[in-house]
Amino acid sequence: MSQAYLSISRVDMAFSRGGVTNPVLADVNLDIQRGEYISLIGHSGCGKSTVLNIVAGLLRATSGGVIVDGREVNAPGPDRALVFQNHSLLPWLTVYQNVEIAVQKIFQGKRSAAEQRDWILHNLEMVSMSHALDRLPAEISGGMKQRVGIARALAMEPKVLLLDEPFGALDALTRAHLQDEVMRIQSELHNTVMMITHDVDEAVLLSDRIVMMTNGPSATIGQVLDIDLPRPRDRLELADDARYTHYRHEVLSFLYEKQRKVEPIGSARARSAATAKRESAAMRA
Amino acid sequence: MSDTTSIAGLAPASAAPPAWRMHALTLYRRFAQHVLPPLVVLMLLVTIWELLCTRPGAALPPPSQVLSDTWELIIDPFFDNGGNDVGLAWQILASLERVAYGYLLAVIAGVSLGVLVGQSTWALRGLDPIFQVLRTVPPLAWLPISLAGFQDSNPSAIFVIFITAIWPIIINTSVGIRNIPEDYRNVARVIRLNGIEYFWKIMLPAASPYIFSGLRIGVGLSWLAIVAAEMLIGGVGIGFFIWDAWNSSRISDIILALVYVGVVGFLLDRIVAWAGRRVTRGTTPA
Repeated sequence: MSQAYLSISRVDMAFSRGGVTNPVLADVNLDIQRGEYISLIGHSGCGKSTVLNIVAGLLRATSGGVIVDGREVNAPGPDRALVFQNHSLLPWLTVYQNVEIAVQKIFQGKRSAAEQRDWILHNLEMVSMSHALDRLPAEISGGMKQRVGIARALAMEPKVLLLDEPFGALDALTRAHLQDEVMRIQSELHNTVMMITHDVDEAVLLSDRIVMMTNGPSATIGQVLDIDLPRPRDRLELADDARYTHYRHEVLSFLYEKQRKVEPIGSARARSAATAKRESAAMRA
Repeated sequence: MSDTTSIAGLAPASAAPPAWRMHALTLYRRFAQHVLPPLVVLMLLVTIWELLCTRPGAALPPPSQVLSDTWELIIDPFFDNGGNDVGLAWQILASLERVAYGYLLAVIAGVSLGVLVGQSTWALRGLDPIFQVLRTVPPLAWLPISLAGFQDSNPSAIFVIFITAIWPIIINTSVGIRNIPEDYRNVARVIRLNGIEYFWKIMLPAASPYIFSGLRIGVGLSWLAIVAAEMLIGGVGIGFFIWDAWNSSRISDIILALVYVGVVGFLLDRIVAWAGRRVTRGTTPA
């Protein structure tokens, strides 16, 4: 266990505002192996993003710590590249320049200008954005922006790639397409990935393990599910696969039975498995 | 705007013979849409003015008389008879020079203070209330105190411009800095930009639309203030020219000067707006 590449140990997090302390996370422990693809799933407000931000170094845990490749995390850095839900490209920079700003900073003095240029082009090529190098973010679609965001993160050669609901803002078709791309890239690069999602299908399709979080306050990890499906995975074939259905059911039953969120979806428990697809679609919205 | 883009879009497509005709047509359309309407209204207003002021006993000269009275000034803007008796071009350039000094100082100090107030909560708490009070002081109210301080008219006028233009620049800059989305800051933190890199690569471009709206308000106020300040300090300058003309009852000269002041103010505003458009998308080649 101590050999884990990314290790989150005994993380507590509480936000204080106006003298009132609000416990968000309590005793979160997770070990992730090198090259593993982990999804963090849970109801909204359960603190998934807080966990990710602590790993990224953007937030500091109240107690406990995160170790990546033998080093404790205490500030943000390019070794933990983040893909934001709303892409957060800089709107005054072109597609190329948005990747360049990261590459220039991280590889200055380590790679020549020509090498940097090739590396930027290579990463944009990987997400199929070579055709739009000189476009501004305002001139490309949401899916394309997210591709550039992924290219920017990959170009940092991170030890851990952190994805914060990377497909959340996209329509269903674009989302499926981009998920396939991410799987293809993952099969080439074998990054260590930690992804936040609300989407059960997405979690099962992409992950090696799904980490399910209990509802807050004082949220923690409720259950971890190993997804033992062969790669490369194909969404059409998997739709009829018994193991796939079983994993989906596991996650759904965790979310809707064990950790049923009371207020927003009152009748979720009564619904049959046949309507589960629509449920997960509704959750994304 | 839309016309220019349609030219750019159409010209290469419809390549061969009708290209020049298309071009002439769009030029004509631009003229009809943007130049013709104000021209017609202007003619109408000048006609009404002419009719009103040619009546016997009218206090102000009609436009025809203004033109004939000031013809010497119009055709020779660059004469120089020494002292204050110089052409209108020199008068305006003298005013512009004062504005340039005062405004540039205001830009440098205003953007710096705006960044400080936008970045630091303590600076905001300490400085913002003071700024809010000082910015309501009318430009000319600063003149006596600055004359007392500088003991000289020219630096005093420059100071009045500076103190007039600086407030909107500070306030807009600080609002722009405070409105930089958290995500941009996070991007900068993940790739570990240092303070200077953050300032140039994230802060200035992200805040530049706000900064430029402050700069634009500032240049307009500067021009408003210089005419008033020069009336009091004397010397060469369009403000004192107007005051001098009033004292010697040359009403036509005043009217001509007002036209020049308006046109120059308009041009200053347009120059800053143009620079703003250039800079806010200027980081991109295209």
